[in-house]
Amino acid sequence: MRRRWLKGERLVTLLLLLPSVIAVAVFVYGFIGWTGYVSLSNWNKLLPDYTFVGFKNFLKLFAHPRFQIDLRNLAVFTALFLTGSLAIGFLLAVLLDRKVKGESIFRTIYLYPMSLSFIVTGVVWRWLMNPGSPQMGSTGINLLLEKIGLGFLKSGWYTDPRVGIKAVAIAAVWQMSGYVMAMYLAGLRGIPEELREAARVDGASEFQIYRYVILPLLRPITLGAVIILGHISLKIYDLIVAMTGPGPGFSCDVPAYFMWETTFHANRFAQGAAIAIILLLMVSLLIVPYLIFSVRREAEV
Amino acid sequence: MTALRHLRWHRLLLYLILIGFAAFYLMPIYVLVVTSFKSFAEVNLYHMWDPPHSFSLESFKKALFGGFGYTGLAHNLINSFLVTIPATLASAFLGSLNGYVLSKWRFRGSNTLFTLLLFGMFIPYQSILIPLVQTLMKIGLYGTIPGLILAHTVYGIPITTLIFRNYYATVPKELVEAARIDGAGVLGVYTRIMLPVSMPGFVVVMIWQFTSVWNDFLFAVTIAQNPAVQPVTVALNNLAGSYIVEWNVQMAGALMAALPTLLVYIFLGRYFMRGLLAGSLKG
Amino acid sequence: MNATIAGGAGFVFRAVIKPRLIAGNPPDTFQLHAGLEVEGYSPETYLTPLDKLYEIEGWDKVLPKDLLKLLVYKGHYWGVPVNIHRANVLWYDKAIFKKYDLTPPKNWDEFFAICEKLKAEGIVPFVMGNAGGWEAPHLFETILVSTLGAEGYKGLWTGKTPWTSEGVTKALEILKKILAYVNPDYAALSWDGAGEYLIAHKGAMMIMGDWTNGWFMAKGYEGYGWAPVPGTQGIFDALSDTFCLPKLAPHPINTLGWLEVCGSKEGQIAFNTRKGSIPARTDLTPEEKAQFNPYLQSCMEDFARDAIVPSVIHGAAAIESWVTDFKDAINLFLATKDVAGTQKALVEAAETALAATK
Repeated sequence: MRRRWLKGERLVTLLLLLPSVIAVAVFVYGFIGWTGYVSLSNWNKLLPDYTFVGFKNFLKLFAHPRFQIDLRNLAVFTALFLTGSLAIGFLLAVLLDRKVKGESIFRTIYLYPMSLSFIVTGVVWRWLMNPGSPQMGSTGINLLLEKIGLGFLKSGWYTDPRVGIKAVAIAAVWQMSGYVMAMYLAGLRGIPEELREAARVDGASEFQIYRYVILPLLRPITLGAVIILGHISLKIYDLIVAMTGPGPGFSCDVPAYFMWETTFHANRFAQGAAIAIILLLMVSLLIVPYLIFSVRREAEV
Repeated sequence: MTALRHLRWHRLLLYLILIGFAAFYLMPIYVLVVTSFKSFAEVNLYHMWDPPHSFSLESFKKALFGGFGYTGLAHNLINSFLVTIPATLASAFLGSLNGYVLSKWRFRGSNTLFTLLLFGMFIPYQSILIPLVQTLMKIGLYGTIPGLILAHTVYGIPITTLIFRNYYATVPKELVEAARIDGAGVLGVYTRIMLPVSMPGFVVVMIWQFTSVWNDFLFAVTIAQNPAVQPVTVALNNLAGSYIVEWNVQMAGALMAALPTLLVYIFLGRYFMRGLLAGSLKG
Repeated sequence: MNATIAGGAGFVFRAVIKPRLIAGNPPDTFQLHAGLEVEGYSPETYLTPLDKLYEIEGWDKVLPKDLLKLLVYKGHYWGVPVNIHRANVLWYDKAIFKKYDLTPPKNWDEFFAICEKLKAEGIVPFVMGNAGGWEAPHLFETILVSTLGAEGYKGLWTGKTPWTSEGVTKALEILKKILAYVNPDYAALSWDGAGEYLIAHKGAMMIMGDWTNGWFMAKGYEGYGWAPVPGTQGIFDALSDTFCLPKLAPHPINTLGWLEVCGSKEGQIAFNTRKGSIPARTDLTPEEKAQFNPYLQSCMEDFARDAIVPSVIHGAAAIESWVTDFKDAINLFLATKDVAGTQKALVEAAETALAATK
C-alpha cells in the first residue's frame, strides 16, 4: 500500500535508522567480509601476515583429524539436542495443556534453566556427570542412580570417549527443552477447542486428534523451534568450555571451541577465521531460507 | 465406573510424569544450593546428594571475597552490572526506534533491510571475533568495559528491533494516521503515540537483553580478559577450573552468578515468556 | 610498577598479554616460560633484549650452561629466570609401597611389574588427571626422555632426531600400556584430582611436575616419595618461569630494578621458598639451601649435576603452535591408541613447525 510521504518525513525515518544500519553494516557484514579475507590469508603467527593463499586453510582444516571429529561431534550433538528438546518440550506441553493443578509452578520449573548462562549450566553438570571411580566411589548422577536402585545405568559420561558429546547434549536439552515447551503450549492454547470437539464428535481417539489435527497445526512452531535450536546448536561453545573442554580424544570438541583455541592460543588466526567461515556457512544454510520465507510471508499478510 | 477409574489412573500417571520431570529440572539446583551451604570440611564429592549437617555461609564469603590464592567474584558481579545495564538500555532504545520505523513507516526495501538486520542475530559470533578484536584495539576500547558495552549494544540491535517491530505492529494504524493529520511528524508520532504505550515492550526487551548480556561468555572472554574488568561469567569459569578453589566455593560462586537472571525470570516471568514468543518470527 | 601476574592457568594469561603487546600498551613485565615459548610473543618486535643486564649482574656465571642456552632466542636474552621446576618426577605413596614391599621402579619393566601387582590388589597403580588437556602430554614427554635419552630427546625439537625413530614408537607403546593401569575417570580430573588418590592411599604412583610437592604440602600429606621417571635418572626435564621487559613498558627503570631482584640470590630464595620450586641460580650456600624442604634440596642437587633437557609442554622446547599440535596428537591417542597414526601426526607437526621457524 503506497503511503503519501510528506516533505522531510522520508529523511527523518532514514536518519532514525541510520545509526543501526551503519552499526550492523560494519559490525556484521563488514566484519564477516574481513574474517573471510583473513581466512584466505597466511596469518598464522602473532604478527599479521595478509598474503593471499587461496583455500589452503580450508583444505588443511578438512584434512585435520581434530576438525573431522569436531564436525562429527556437532552432527551427533545437534541430532540429540534437537530431538530431545522437541520430544520433551512437546510432551510437557501436551501434559500441561490438560488443566493441570499448579500448572504455573510446573511451567516455572521447566523453563527456569533457560534463564541461566551456559557457563553456570556447564559448571554444575560437570560435577553431576563426574562418574567417580571404582576405588573412590561414585559421585554425581552415577551416585544418584545407585541410590535409587538404577545403578546399572551408570556411565563414564563425558570421561568415556564413546559417550563424549552425548553427555553434553543431555545438559543442553535440560537447559532448552523448557523453551520448546513454552512454544508448544502457546501454540496448543491457540488451537480452538471447537476443532478438537469436532474431531471427537467424528469418533477420533485422543491420539488420532493429536496426530492428524494438532500436530499439523503446530508445524510452524516446530519449524521455528528447529531453526532456533539448530542455530544455537551449531554455535555451541560456552557449554563445552565450562563443562568438559575438548574431552578425551576430542570426544567433546566442537568447531567453535577449536576456533577459539587455534586463534587465541596457537596464534593461527587464518585457520581460526576459516573455521568461523565454515560455521557461518552452516548457520546460513539453516537461517537464510527461513528468514526469506518468514519475512516474505509476513509481507503478504 | 470403569471409565471414571480409568480417568483417575490417567491423571495419576500425568502428575507422576510431570513431577518426575520437575525433579529432573530441579536436581542440579539442589546440588548447587546444598553444596554452597556446606563447609569445606563437610563437602565431599562422594556424598554429593546429602544435605548439609550444619549450614555454613563460609563458601559464599569466599566466593565473593576470595580465599587463599584466588580473588572473589564480588567485583566481577559489579562488572557484569556495569556492562549489562548500559548495553541493555542502549540496544533497547535503538531497537525501539528501528521497530517503530520498520512497522509504521514502511518504504520500498524496508523488508529487505529488516531481513538483513535480522540476520545479524543468528550469525555465529566467531565469524566477527577477529575483526572485532582488531577494531576495538584500534579505537582503544579493547580490554575495557565500554568496549564490551559497545559490542553488546551493536549485536543486540537485531533482536531488540525484532521484538519492538512485532510489538508496535499491534498499535492500530489509525492512531498513527490521526496523529499525522494533526500535524505530527515522524518523531512526533513516536513521542505522542508510541512511547506512552511502549512500557510493556521495553520491559520485555530489557528483560531479554539483560539475560542475554549477563549470561554472555564469548564476548566477555575475548574482550575483557583482564581480571579487573572481567564479567562474572568469565570469572566463574576461571574459578571453577582452578585446582586451588574448594568445590563448595565454586558452587556458591555459580549460584551467585546465576542469581540476577534467575530472580528476573522468577519475578518477571510473564514478560520473559512474552520475549520468548516475540522472538519467534511468528508475528 | 604494573606487573600483570595472574594466578591459575597460564593460558588465560597469554590471551590478555598478546593483544596488549600488539596494541602498544603492554604491562611493565609479565611472566613467560624460558625457551621457545618466547617466539609466540615476537620478541624482536615487542620485547627488550636483556643482554646488558645479564652482563652487569654476572648471571651467565651462576646459571647452568644448559639453561643459558634455553634462554637465548635469535641471539639475545629476553627473560630473567626466577625458578626451575622439574617435570620428570614420579611420585608415589609410601604407605602402599611399604605395605606391598615395593621400591621405586628404575625402568619401565619394573614399573609395569609393580602395576600388575597392585592391580591385582585393587589399588589404582598409576593415577592421572587430564582435564586440562596437557597432563597426559606431559607424561608422554617424560616417556620420550626415557626412551631417547637427553641428546636424543633434545634432537627431536631441533630436527636432529627424526620423529620416525624407534624411540618415539617405543614411547607411544609405553603410554599405551600405561593406559591399561590408569584410573578410569582421568578425563574428569585435573592433576590434583588425581593426586587425591595418593592422599587417600587408593592410588600408588603419579608422574607430574614438582609443583605437586607444594600441593602435597598444602594438603598436609607427608607420606609421599619421589624418584626420577623410570629411565630418566641423571636427566633433569626443566621448565623455568621468567620475567621480561616489553619494549613499550610504561616504567622501564623500575622494571629493570624488579628484574635485578628476580635474578638476585635473595630474590630467588624468597620467591622459591614460597612457591615450592628451586632457584635458577646454582650458587647457594649450604645454609641457604637448608631453607628449602627435603624434596627441593635433593632437586637442587640434581639440577646442578644432571643433564638438563627442555620441557616441551611447558614452553621451553618448541614454539606454541608445535606444542598445540603435539598436545592434540597425544590427546587423540588416548582415545584411539593408534601408535602408527599418532607417530605420523607427530612427524607432520614437526615438519610444519621446523619449516615455519627456518
